[in-house]
Amino acid sequence: MASPEGLSATDLSALWVTLKLASLTTVLLLLFGTPLAWWLAHSRSRLKPVLESLVALPLVLPPTVLGFYLLVVLGPQGPVGRLLQSFGGQPLAFTFAGLVVGSTLYSLPFVVQPLQAAFTAIGRRPLEVAATLRASPMDRFFSVALPMARPGFLTATVLGFAHTVGEFGVVLMIGGNIPGRTRVLSIAIYDHVEALEYGHAHRLAAALLLSSFLMLLVVYGLNRRRGAIRR
Amino acid sequence: MNIEARLALDRGEFRLEATFSMPAEGVTALFGPSGCGKTTLLRAFAGLEACPGGYLAIAGERWQDERLSLPPHRRAIGYVFQEADLFPHLSVRGNLEYGWRRVERSRRRVDFDQVVALMGLASILNRFPDGLSGGERQRVAIARALLSSPRLLLMDEPLAALDAASKAEILPFLERLHGELKIPLLYVSHAADEVARLADHLLLMDRGRIVAAGAVADLLTRVDLPLARRQDAETLIEARVAGHDREFGLTHVDFPGGRFIVSGRDLPAGAPVRLRILARDVSLTLERQSGTSILNIFPATVEELATTGPAQVTVRLSAGGVPVLSRITRRSAALLGLEPGKALYIQVKSVALLA
Repeated sequence: MASPEGLSATDLSALWVTLKLASLTTVLLLLFGTPLAWWLAHSRSRLKPVLESLVALPLVLPPTVLGFYLLVVLGPQGPVGRLLQSFGGQPLAFTFAGLVVGSTLYSLPFVVQPLQAAFTAIGRRPLEVAATLRASPMDRFFSVALPMARPGFLTATVLGFAHTVGEFGVVLMIGGNIPGRTRVLSIAIYDHVEALEYGHAHRLAAALLLSSFLMLLVVYGLNRRRGAIRR
Repeated sequence: MNIEARLALDRGEFRLEATFSMPAEGVTALFGPSGCGKTTLLRAFAGLEACPGGYLAIAGERWQDERLSLPPHRRAIGYVFQEADLFPHLSVRGNLEYGWRRVERSRRRVDFDQVVALMGLASILNRFPDGLSGGERQRVAIARALLSSPRLLLMDEPLAALDAASKAEILPFLERLHGELKIPLLYVSHAADEVARLADHLLLMDRGRIVAAGAVADLLTRVDLPLARRQDAETLIEARVAGHDREFGLTHVDFPGGRFIVSGRDLPAGAPVRLRILARDVSLTLERQSGTSILNIFPATVEELATTGPAQVTVRLSAGGVPVLSRITRRSAALLGLEPGKALYIQVKSVALLA
């Protein structure tokens, strides 16, 4: 049952799940990561190093550790799982929603850190200038901080997306391997290798390699051109 | 109408405690050594530094008192920073329109095209900040601040970051601004020549305090203040063009103490001008000299003497009620028997005419 591109239906559904997961995760991360990064860039609070460490944790932790704790917390016996069930919901373990939660945490530093760096690089001065030109705090954020941080947003978006596409350990721990629902590309590749289907594994692996490289190339290319024009 | 300020704040080692009043018109220079708190005072004016308990009112409109402190975006100020700080993501036009658009139509008090023309920006409206020269950038920053229809324009050493050529390019624009717009300007500077060219009033600042305030011509000639002790101590005289001597290419300029003869300038009779005289270019004689190449000789009375160097005294004189500084050697002062009230003649070797 091979499609014209040479991918089987199960591989295609894994691709679909992966893209859906990565897109949703990236959108959520931009929504929640932006205020968090803004706070980290401007706060002088003593809590700042604590939050920075928490954000950076997924960089150093084995994904299985994060996945394990998520499984415990989100599963039917975990606090969040129980809470959801008491409201008539489902525990999140082994569901797509659970994957989204896991990926969001796991890819957090890849979005927050570039944004924080971009906001820090802008500094306070342009915002002060905007304030003296009658812009309210919200107005300053949208008319000055956001456009000036555009290269940071591009980097954050692509890194967040690409890193989610590439995750394996967290997904395996809390998502399991349910075709069409929680089975993503990286796990599909692993399954192909387990089954000694090296041809299939090659196609998927090469596709991931190439698309990841192209995404990064676009980011660095665009950031370089902006740098050349605007600075 | 006045600008009344009482602003105090503590920043560890540094304490700002400035109480003063300045006219809500013309150019007021805030002058003092680096680190004396000029920028902090300006930022407090703008609301960029919190100044709890301070008081600030601009021509009757209260911006800050015990109970209220308007945030920066609610104060009708224009602020020009030392670096132009244009928004890099906006074109020159976008930068100019930023503040302009955020002011209600009915509250706009300047005309967009007029400001663009005044600052000479028509040809660069579509360019981006990184393609502009330092002088162009600062002109855009000034126009951008003007276009937010401020009731008070604040400038923090707008020329300090520029090279001499760009400075020379901007100064005429600032002078036009002074002449054509009725917006009071508070101008921070530690360059005396900018003050002499631009300012009407002067706030003298030292270690966080305002040590003297008044008309620039008065403060420049007060021998108890640091301005008159500088190497380049100078006198400013407000005068009017009386006429021209076409044959010799000279211009006659009248002031209450007499008539100056200066190199010809193409100005109509009656035009107000500002004369600038360095104290070291003014010498004193007991009798009116004849047979001298010096054209500008006026009767004057000694008002005050101050020793301003090991061998030097600075003398403040009155020529028809106008204060004039002279710097001579202590030895000459002793030989001439200078003391307050003594009548003599001042000889002015060189005059600069600032139109």
